This record gives sequence, C-alpha cells and structure tokens, in this order.
Amino acid sequence: MKLPIKLSLLWLLCVLISCVFGPLFSVYDTQTIHWDAMATEPSQVFWWGTDVMGRDLLVRCLEGGRTSLAVAAVATTVSVLLGVAYGIIAGYYGGRVDLLMMRMVDVLYALPFMFLVILLLVFFGHSLWLIFVGIGAYMWLDMARIVRGQTLVLKNQPFIEASQVLGQKTRLIIFYHVLPNLTSVILVYATLTVPQVILIESFLSFLGLGVQEPLTSWGALVSEGAENWQLAPWALWFPALMLSLTLLSFNVLGDGLRDYFDPKHKDI
Amino acid sequence: MENSPRLSVKDLTVQFVTKTGCFTAVDQLSFDINAGQTMGLVGESGSGKSVTALALMGLVPSSSGTIKGQQVMFQGRNLLGLSEKQMRLLRGNRISMIFQEPMTALNPVFRVGTQVAEVLRLHKKMPKRLAWQRTIELFDSVGITEPEQKVRSYPHQLSGGQQQRVMIAMAIACEPDLLICDEPTTALDVTIQKQVLILLKRLQQEMGMSMLFISHDLGVVAEVADHVLVMYRSQLVEQGSVEKIFTRAEHPYTQGLLACRPQLGNNPKRLLTVTDFVDTANEKALSVNKERLKPQVKEDKSDLPTLLRVDHLTTMFPIKGGLLGRTVDHFKAVDGVSFDVKCGETLGLVGESGSGKTTLGRTILRLQQASSGHVFYDGIDLFAQNKNEMRAMRSRMQIIFQDPYAALNPRMRVDQALIEPLVLHGLKKSQNQQQAQAVHLLEQVGLSSDALYRYPHEFSGGQRQRICIARALAVEPEFIVCDESVSALDVSVQAQVLNLLKDLQDELSLTYIFISHDLSVVQFMADRVAVMKQGQLVELNSAENIFNNPKHPYTKGLINAIPKPPDYGECLQ
Amino acid sequence: MITLVVKRLLLALPVLWLILTLTFFLLRAAPGGPFDSERSLAPEIEAQVVAKYRLDLPLYLQYGQYLGQVLVGDFGPSYQYPDVSVNQLLASGLPVSLTLGFWALLLALTIGIPLGVWAALHQGQWQDTTAMVVAVGGISVPNYVVGPMLIAWLAVTWRWLPAGGWQGGEWDHLLLPIMTLALPFIAYIARLMRVAVIDVWQQPFIQVALAKGLSIKQVMIRHALRPAFLPVLSYLGPAAVALMTGSVVIEQIFGLPGLGRYFVQGALNRDYTLVMAVVLWVGLLTVIFNLLVDVFSFLLYPKLRTQEETS
Repeated sequence: MKLPIKLSLLWLLCVLISCVFGPLFSVYDTQTIHWDAMATEPSQVFWWGTDVMGRDLLVRCLEGGRTSLAVAAVATTVSVLLGVAYGIIAGYYGGRVDLLMMRMVDVLYALPFMFLVILLLVFFGHSLWLIFVGIGAYMWLDMARIVRGQTLVLKNQPFIEASQVLGQKTRLIIFYHVLPNLTSVILVYATLTVPQVILIESFLSFLGLGVQEPLTSWGALVSEGAENWQLAPWALWFPALMLSLTLLSFNVLGDGLRDYFDPKHKDI
Repeated sequence: MENSPRLSVKDLTVQFVTKTGCFTAVDQLSFDINAGQTMGLVGESGSGKSVTALALMGLVPSSSGTIKGQQVMFQGRNLLGLSEKQMRLLRGNRISMIFQEPMTALNPVFRVGTQVAEVLRLHKKMPKRLAWQRTIELFDSVGITEPEQKVRSYPHQLSGGQQQRVMIAMAIACEPDLLICDEPTTALDVTIQKQVLILLKRLQQEMGMSMLFISHDLGVVAEVADHVLVMYRSQLVEQGSVEKIFTRAEHPYTQGLLACRPQLGNNPKRLLTVTDFVDTANEKALSVNKERLKPQVKEDKSDLPTLLRVDHLTTMFPIKGGLLGRTVDHFKAVDGVSFDVKCGETLGLVGESGSGKTTLGRTILRLQQASSGHVFYDGIDLFAQNKNEMRAMRSRMQIIFQDPYAALNPRMRVDQALIEPLVLHGLKKSQNQQQAQAVHLLEQVGLSSDALYRYPHEFSGGQRQRICIARALAVEPEFIVCDESVSALDVSVQAQVLNLLKDLQDELSLTYIFISHDLSVVQFMADRVAVMKQGQLVELNSAENIFNNPKHPYTKGLINAIPKPPDYGECLQ
Repeated sequence: MITLVVKRLLLALPVLWLILTLTFFLLRAAPGGPFDSERSLAPEIEAQVVAKYRLDLPLYLQYGQYLGQVLVGDFGPSYQYPDVSVNQLLASGLPVSLTLGFWALLLALTIGIPLGVWAALHQGQWQDTTAMVVAVGGISVPNYVVGPMLIAWLAVTWRWLPAGGWQGGEWDHLLLPIMTLALPFIAYIARLMRVAVIDVWQQPFIQVALAKGLSIKQVMIRHALRPAFLPVLSYLGPAAVALMTGSVVIEQIFGLPGLGRYFVQGALNRDYTLVMAVVLWVGLLTVIFNLLVDVFSFLLYPKLRTQEETS
C-alpha cells in the first residue's frame, strides 16, 4: 500500500474516532459562551482557541465533524441504494426500459441541483434529515449512470450468457453474476461520493441553507470563520483544515481503491 | 559487405522486471539473416518472439525491460550501441515493422494517406505534395484499388485486409533493408491472409528486402520463409531450412508443434500434442505413442435420427438512421438457413468473419432473437417455448464460447460455477453429492480436484476452457454448440482441447455444432460440414466431400487459401 | 453535420420545455408566495399587487401566459425588485458570470492539460505523484476555503492584488475570483488528461508511430494528444455550464454582481419569474455547450461521425 493511502486511512480513522467520542470527554460544550475569552488564540485552556462569540473551537469542530460525517454516511447510503438498483435495472433490461429510465435521469441532470435542494428546503423547512435525503437523492444520478454503464458491459460477457444458457433466472443472474462484479465499482464510487456529499452539505451551510443553530457542521464553521477571519483567523483555518484534509483523504482513498481494482483505471 | 549477413544477432537477452521478480523474455538468442532472405520465427504466445522483434527495433520500454545482448549487427553497425537519435534514423527507414492488429495499429483520427506520407516526410524529407503523390503510388503497389480515394479514408472505413495493406505500404515506404512482420495475418481471414502473404513475398523479391516473419503458425511461415527459427520458453530450440524443419525436425518441441496441428489430407484418430513429445515439467523428450496416428475412420451417420432441424432461419439486425433514429433497413446476419443435425454427429460450420456462423449458433440457442423460421429440437419447436419451458430445455443444449477468459465469472470459484447448474436443474440434491459431482466433472475434462476452490484467473487459457466444458457438461446435455471454442488457444493447447472434445463425444454420445473459421480444425472434428457466406448456406456435405471435392467456388477458394506445408513426402517418419 | 445540429436542437426543445414546466409547477406548489414576507401590506394592496402580476388567475392560465411571454423572450417583471424586469436583471448579471466563466475555463485548460500530460509522461515517478497530489488537493479543498485564503495572503498580507469587486471588469480585480473558480477544474482536467494519455500510450498505434522513427515528443504531440483529448472534451460541456452560470460562493466572497446570487435569493423569496429565468438560462447553456462539444467531437474524431451516421 502506498504512503498517501496509509496516511489517508490513518487520518480518517482519527477524525472518525475523535468526532464520535471527542465531545464526550471535552470539558467544554458547543454552546457555552465564555464571556471572558472571546476570540482568544489557541492556548493551554482552549487548545484551538475560541470563536468571536467565545465558544470553544475544538469541541465545535468535533461536533461539526459529527454532523458532516453523519450527513455523508446517510446520503451516500441513499445514493448507493437508489443508484445501484436503478442502474442495474436500466442496464440489464436495456431497450425501451433503459431509454425511458435514462431520459428521466437526463432531465433530472438538466435541472440545476441548487434549485432542487432549495426547493426541498423551502417545502419542508430546514430539517437536517431532509438535507441528507436531498443530497443523496441528487447524488444517486451519478451512481446510476456508472452502474448502468458497467452493467451494459457485463451483460454481454460470455459468462452471463453461459448462465442464461444453463437456464438461470434473470433475477438470480443479476444477483449471482452481475452484482458481485459491480462491487468494486460501487465501492470506489461510494468512497468518492462521500467527499462530494460533505462538500455539498458544507456549501449549503456556508450559504446559510444547511444545518441551523444550535447544530453546526464544518461548512457552517468555515462560514462563520470566513466572516470574522481578521478577528480570529484560527476559527477559519482549523475547521477549513479538518474539512479539506478529510475530503482529500476520501479522494485519495477512492483513487487508491480504483487503482487497486482496475490497474488500468479506465475512467475517472 | 555482400558476404556478411544483413542482420546478425548474437546472444540477445531481454529481461523484464516485474512485481514477482525478474523475467527473462528472450534468452541468449543468436541468428543471422542474409540479404534477401526471409527468416521465419515460430513460437507460441509468451515464447518471446514479439519481444525479439521489439528489441531489434529498439522499442523495448526502457522503464521495465533491459537488453543484455552481446550485439545486434545490422549493416556493419551494432544496433545495441546506437543512441536513441541514431536509432530513430533507422526506424521506419532502414528497418521497419508490420504489427498484428491492423485495426488498432492505425491512428483512428488521421487519414490513412497522411499516416503513410508522414514516414516519407520524416525520412525522405519529401515536400507535402510529393509525399502524397508517392503515397498514392505505394497504395497502388500494395494492391489497394482506387488508391486516390482510399488515401483519403480513415482507418475505420477500410476492411481489415485493406488496413493491413496500408500498414505494409507504410513499412515499405522507404524501401527498408529489413522488414519485421509480427503475426501480420493472424487477425485476417484465410483468403485475405493468402493475398497478404503473396503480396509480402512479391514486395520482398522486388525490393530485395530481408524479412523476419513472426508467426505462431508453422504452415503460414512455410509459405513465405526460407529458413525457420523455433522459439520455446524464451529460447531458440531449433533452426534450419524450411525443408529441414518439416522433414527432419530434431527438437521434440518442434516435432510436437508439427504434429499437433491438424492438416488437410492427414487425419489421425487423435491429435498428437506437444506434451506427447516433451515432458513440459522436466523438459525431457518422450517417446511418442504411435497408436494415435492411425487415421480416423468416420462412420456414416446419415441413418441416425435427427436431433436438430433448422428450418428457413433468418436473423436480422436493424440498421438505424434518419433524423429520428428509426430503423431504415435490416442487415440479414443469417438469411434463410435450413439444415439437420443427426444424433451423435458433429456438424462443422465454417465461414469467414461476418458470414453469420456465430449468429446462427446463438440463434439456435435463443441467445439471439430470430426474425423468422423455426428450430426444432428433438421435434420440439424451440421458438414456441415459453420462458419456463425454455429454461427446462436448456439442460439439453449447451454452448462453449471462444474466449475462455470472459466465459467464467471472475468472482466465482470453480466449485460454485460447477454447482450452479446442478442446483438449477435439481440434478444433485445434497451438498455432498454436488461436491462429488463437481469433482467428477473436473476429472472428466482432465483437471484434478484441487482446481475446485480456486478462482478462474489462477488458470491458463486451456485450463479455463476445460472448466467451461465441465460447466456445460454439468447439466448433462446431449447437444453442444462449440463457438470458435479453440480459436483463442495456442496450437498445442488447441490439440489437447480438440482431443478432449472428441473423447467426450465418444464417451457421452454428444452431438456438436462446431463453429470455426479454421478449416483444418473443422476437418479433424466434423462428420459433415456446412459452409456459410454472407448469412447463407452455400454448401453442405460430408467432410470428405467438402475437402476433397468442393462444389461451390467459395468453398474452393477457402480450401485453397489454407496455408499448406511444403510437400516433402512423408512428414513424420 | 448540419443534420446533426438540427437533430440535436430539435431534441433540445422538448427538454427545455420539460424543464420550464417542471420548474413552473414545482415553484407554485411550494408553500408561501412572493409577497408573504411583507406582512405589513394591507389586504387590499396585496390584492392589487397580486392582480398586477396576474397571480390571481387560475394556474393553467398563468402557465399559458408565461409560456407565451417566454417564447417572445420576455421573462416578465421581477417580484422582488420592483420596477425592474427580469430581462434587465439578467442583462446586468450575465456579463459578470460569462466573463468569469470564460477566463476560468481558459485557465483550466491551459494549466490542466499540460499538467496531466506531464504527469502521464512521468507515470509512477515523483513528478506524477506530486502533480496528482496537487490535483486531488484542488478537488478536495472547497472554493470557500481557497477564496478567503487567497484574499488573506495575496490581497491583505502582501497587497499584490485587490480583493475582488467588479469595477467594470478590471482584470486585476477578476484575477483572484478567476483563480479560485478555475482551481477544481484545473485539477479535474489534469486528472482526466493524465489517465487518457496513459491509456492512449498503450495503444498499438503509438508503437507504430515510434516504429516510424518519430521521437517520443513528436509521437506525443502528433499522435497521442488528439485521441487523449476526447474525455476532456466530453467533460467540457458540463464544466462550461457550471463555470458560466455563476457561482454563488465566489460571488459572495469576492463581492461580484453575478447571476448566482439571483438564483438563491430568488428561490428563497419566491421570486418566480427570476428563478424561472435563471433555470431556463442554465438549461439553454447546457444545450448550447453540449451541441458545441458534439460538433467538436465530430470534427476531431472521424469515427464518431460514422457512428452517428449509421446509428
């Protein structure tokens, strides 16, 4: 295994553990305002300093990470489930079914994504769960296209035809022969979906459309930090660093997986 | 200069560094090629013959391969001592090369004329118009009709044969002293192969070139070469004149190679294989079992009951076009074909690429929707069966595909692949029985039970094809379509698989439709032969009649195009 | 070629219509109306306003009228900015977004392609690793982190460049936003190009070109680049659309009056006409750029031409 991949795995593990368990052991919480310590630099008392409102930054970064990672996990799962099912059906049955299903995807693609999300938020208010589902419901389009493409290739492989000739049922051919050969592709793209989801969530939060107080996320923290960066630059750098490094690690890991499964890495 | 050989290779060694260690692709190879001589280089895949060609061109990638040769003298200069810049002046100019796959060897985004003219502009410093003019002349001399139009085409607009002619035009553009041909006809149909071989021979004589002709097929080499080198496992095992190789081959591998290829007019009961001559594990020569050389007696099977009746079968593919992508026309891949297959016989189905033979096989098995006509299997109209009835029928008829690498699910262990059909048709109920049956199937195809828990990628091509056969046998079929089932295999492995198919037929009284472009293989396998051309059946007769007394001109052309070894009387004493 | 263009344009019309219809009804179905926030409006005044914008008509009539308007190129008045038509708003925002997008696209191509080729030429060596780590970084670091960082260093600490603002399109004001906007696209194009070059380099025709006696550089420029450019070309369609429809984040950080902000504000304020216009504009750009990409692919790749003619 190459060094960048090792480092990425290590970083992701650290982030995951500290975001999940860190806040439990912290002496501070995300909301307590320390009136005597507004926008203080990192010190022994506040390891990562405080923000302009005098809240401990470290614990806020960890809590924010929790939200961002949770959004990522749920949205990625949604997109994988939807995308894989849709892609396999379109690809395997082909013909008119395929044409119709992929035209639908095309139309959804042509709708600006922001429009969809904003509409969702307008419809149902700023619910965190809706953001999960909304992002997942958008991301599955990519997954569906990729899975469909792969299924089309697989479908014409002689081993699938051999199974047909043996008299296997279509349902079971998909289950025994198509799906196992898609696992690597699904794994790779799921890994690459995670950073995209985190990015979209943070982008929404940056615009004030994402998670709302008292909850926070990396995007929301970066947004707050960017507003007051001249007063407390560390309040921008720390969440930005955590966010960027995590995205970087997921991308490196995804690329690494792709290289591992497909040494010629045909598509990007 | 005239007396010294044009190319003299001494102790050429090429090594590649791989993940698993150092691999020697060419091991101390030495040979000479004289002016105007054609040297054949024969070997199976992985024997190091293509690497030799690349090494002579100085095209072995320096990142992974190292050349450790003593010297490669070409016209008094040691090629191994030349700089990359000096080498570039020779490449395409004094030494040029023709590659195997003409389709991928031409750059898809440029006109073919431009690609040929590029060589002239590079080495002869010809101005654009002159180079273009000369390219048209070259196209004419390599036998491309309408050269003025063809120079303006893109590669995909030409047929395989035309593409290879373009490659030849490119290679001879600067009238090289040495032409290296790496399997130049392997991807082509036999009739085209014949034309290309004649062309190469003519050009060589006209231009006085030396030629290194690489092929896996001794028959092809014998057609063009004066001298033959035989490579086996990176080493040169034998060299000599064509006559010597064919009549007095010394090395057991060469003997095996000669014997394992079925030949027209020489029809043994079973084919000898390389493993009959060489103990491949210990590289020792073995004494040959002469029993196998007895000619096979083909029984008359015309009185046997009919198993399969194909009646006016037509398969069409739509051609789409126009503004809305409507179907504007149909391409008839199979066009009104009718024939019977008797119980226990082998019907050979031959034809060139695009003749519809594969589509026919697939349509019979309902892998491809038929447009009209009927297929009756044991009296049952296959196209009238519903999904479930057809599924039950599947246990009686199977197919073995061409590419053993793609025919096995890479994520499924061998035991899983073999047990899937058993479970499907409820043939063996308990797990123990299934397991035992899987072992039995493997033994039937000549594999041991340690193959059971391994994945397909751990096997060689020949072994995989055996696994595919075992899987087809699992449902206990009566009828198997072999669709080019040995075409992707090396000749020696081909012989083993052909023998296996014959043994299985005797043992299990199977009926085969044996589809192949290779007439010699069909002659060995088939009782009757059907010849297809452009979707239609042009001739159907007993194998003996087809090969000895072909009626249709197309069949005659096909048989004449098969490369034949020179006639030196008795081949193997 | 002309058949192709006509065919694609004919296919595009129903897509645009579908987008328009979907958006229209989705927007109306969303709770709340354009004048909800102005609670102070007396009922009779609100009724007047509603009547003025014809929001009191049945939905299908509104839809029909709107469709008729759009067909003659009139997107109607904006609900949120009184006395300004949507056409005027678009006219003020478009030049900003188009300028930014165009230069960012150009920058992405001129840096991304050579970077990818360079990495591919040194596949597996340190140059490759460095280029690709930088590229993954470019994709991973969000632009609202890059933007403030660039402002903090280049504009505030070192004072090399102004921190943004439109200023009638002065180049030095646009440099930072263009760089920020282009960065992920540079990275993505570099990655695409690298993989494509590596793939093409394994094709037999490259070996043939080398066997002709061409140098590696000549083979790369004459034979490998054009085939390797295809994946990048296909990506340029969606990329150009993304770049030229305006990025809300970049506009917000650098204080630029582009299109993106209309979009978010319009949707939040239920400014139906404005949102519809922006959505249609995005759809139209998508159609145009996909068509351009198709035309270029057909010019550059003769094989695609034949496939289109026969299929």
